[in-house]
Amino acid sequence: MNKKQKRTRNRIVVAIVLFVAVYAAVELLPLSTWLGSEAAALWLEFALFLVPYLIAGYDVLLRAAKNIGHGQVFDENFLMSVATVGAFALVLFPEGDPHMAEGAAVMLFYQVGELFQSYAVGKSRKSIADMMDIAPEFANVERDGELVQVDPFEVGVGEVIVVKPGERVPLDGVVASGASQLDTAALTGESIPRDVREGDEVISGCVNLTGLISVRATKPYGQSTVARILELVENAADKKARTENFITRFARYYTPAVVGIAVLLAVLPPLLFGQDWAEWVQRGLIFLVVSCPCALVISVPLSFFGGIGGASRVGILVKGSNYLETLAHVDTVVFDKTGTLTDGSFDVVAVHPHAGIDAERLLSLAAHAEAYSNHPIALSIKQAYSGPIDQQRIDEVQERGGHGVQARIDERTVLVGNDKLMRSCGVAFHDCELTGTILHVSMDGEYVGHIVIADVVKPDAAAAVSALKAAGVKKTVMLTGDRADVAAAVAAELGIDEYRAQLLPQDKVAAVEALLAGGDAGAGAAVGADTNADAGGQAAASGAAADATEARAQASAANARTQAAADGAASTAAAQAAAGRAAGTTPEAQAGAAGSAGRGKGKLAFVGDGINDAPVLTRADVGIAMGAMGSDAAIEAADVVLMDDKPSNIARAISIARKTMGIVWQNIVFALGVKLLVLALAAVGVANMWLAVFADVGVAVIAILNAMRAMNVKR
Amino acid sequence: MRKTFKLQDLDCANCAAKMENGIRDIDGVKSATVSFMTQKLVLEADDTRFDAILEEAARVCRKIEPDCTIVR
Repeated sequence: MNKKQKRTRNRIVVAIVLFVAVYAAVELLPLSTWLGSEAAALWLEFALFLVPYLIAGYDVLLRAAKNIGHGQVFDENFLMSVATVGAFALVLFPEGDPHMAEGAAVMLFYQVGELFQSYAVGKSRKSIADMMDIAPEFANVERDGELVQVDPFEVGVGEVIVVKPGERVPLDGVVASGASQLDTAALTGESIPRDVREGDEVISGCVNLTGLISVRATKPYGQSTVARILELVENAADKKARTENFITRFARYYTPAVVGIAVLLAVLPPLLFGQDWAEWVQRGLIFLVVSCPCALVISVPLSFFGGIGGASRVGILVKGSNYLETLAHVDTVVFDKTGTLTDGSFDVVAVHPHAGIDAERLLSLAAHAEAYSNHPIALSIKQAYSGPIDQQRIDEVQERGGHGVQARIDERTVLVGNDKLMRSCGVAFHDCELTGTILHVSMDGEYVGHIVIADVVKPDAAAAVSALKAAGVKKTVMLTGDRADVAAAVAAELGIDEYRAQLLPQDKVAAVEALLAGGDAGAGAAVGADTNADAGGQAAASGAAADATEARAQASAANARTQAAADGAASTAAAQAAAGRAAGTTPEAQAGAAGSAGRGKGKLAFVGDGINDAPVLTRADVGIAMGAMGSDAAIEAADVVLMDDKPSNIARAISIARKTMGIVWQNIVFALGVKLLVLALAAVGVANMWLAVFADVGVAVIAILNAMRAMNVKR
Repeated sequence: MRKTFKLQDLDCANCAAKMENGIRDIDGVKSATVSFMTQKLVLEADDTRFDAILEEAARVCRKIEPDCTIVR
């Protein structure tokens, strides 16, 4: 509790004690006999109850008076003042029940509720701030031969900082000496520590666990990962969700409307039908108490903030409440293949030697032939080959662009390359049942086997896709620049519904736009892919099927790019979308049109690794960048940033978003429901002032407690 | 120019919404967001009149929640 809250608490305690004393006195002592008349007793009661009332609520009255001066009529201070002053004023109708005790009690109850509310909000503000407490407080730098602690801001690029065990890495940099383990949990949610050695990059915000390391700073503090993350999370609350804006707009009409009804309720029945004034004024006052929209207005941003804070704790950074909202409505997830679903590095997945030769010998031949090449494929072969490369054995190396390489090894002619190379040299080879890049090897014109190289699928990619399905995502699509048969195999392995293959980076934007515009219709380009995915097991997709898909994928890309090619190959809807783009239709208008074409409110998320796909990240309804630790471009372009590179966090992000939206709607329905119920009860004369105060502050407190659930995200 | 300010003693969520609307209506303000949770005002306004606009914004806040002040 802060000072202000403590003062309020003390005042409330005093007021409660006085209230109880007065209440007991009024009930137990025979005041009217002492004073001689009922009326005098009533006025004494009035004066006595006024004391705790004023102690508890004088600030409310003051603020109300001030705010009327400012033209702020419908604020809660004013509403509470009118309601409670009204309750006291009912003393003027002595024939009715006295309401002074009620007036004072309502003010007390209201203040208790407000105090609790302010305490709860302060608490959740603080716990979210604590959660994001990854800011390093100091950096150890050597100055004039002595190790001194300085503000991370003061450390320049190139300076060497010392990070002791237990301390946070203050700036991004490279380990200059020492080795240790780093705890990255605060950044990525990953609980397994990371080993770092000399030459490894380290990221600010991680905690050094075991050894002393010196780090050469590569970025100033302001551009370091930790500063960027903090900035991002802090600014997230500025981008408000549609629900949040809707509620504040709603509040602007709700309060005046309820106040208007309150006035009518208090005045009309007594005037027109000669009803009892005291009774109807009382009902009007209850309306006033319920008319405050605070529970709603407070709980919605609190839930979003909690959701964003909770997500950031597991390494999912959401850049705004609006993106959290969009994420909850995602029904189509589009993946970039390389670096997102796969590692992005090529690996030898199989070595198939021909009869009469062993695998190690085959690898050795290939590695020696490729010894001077820096092509990723060559690198992967050299990596797979465990033995040493003896340059004495290599002679006459000849690169054959687009085919492979020819070399003389151990005085024999070795060819390493694709089927085209084998054909052109007249070597009899055979295909492999595996998908991927096949490197055939021949020696002196004789086939000795082949090596299969593929981009390795991440271990949790398949689980990630099925988790998305379980979370209610209707469609998953994979975009890749790879060949169609490779794409088909990966899509089948992971259970992805559709794919678009052989896309250039700019085609990916077009593909996402087609998906955004079309939904079902836009999938025209993907029909082939669909049947392929269904074929599942035979997704090795040899011959005609693969060719057809390839042709279609190419046609759709071309179509989107130039629109001139919008011929029969693609569906008419896709063609129209392309034409619309060419004519300069705004994305919003397109989206609107697409919505009516049956896309509904399902949103599209694009997941990429932030390399080359910034335009696509921006174009999708919500762009998710993964493995983004340290990648500025990705952090810039994406709406949601996954700090580590596990695709399974996509489903997690969506479920956090869904949970948060669930809490938001629970609060809206609960708060409005209780308020409307109490209004209805008050109108027919069943509800009393107590219930009304509960409908105001009580509901607000419950809504806040519910909103704080959004913060709880399991690691 | 776009600047962020801390709002001290911003205690009422509905007031934050009212402040946001009030500040948006000030002449020369391009955009304004008041975040109740982070107790922050993000103000984007004409460079030349920024100080005057900020003064006006402070007046709007005082009017809606007398305790609340913009920390500069």
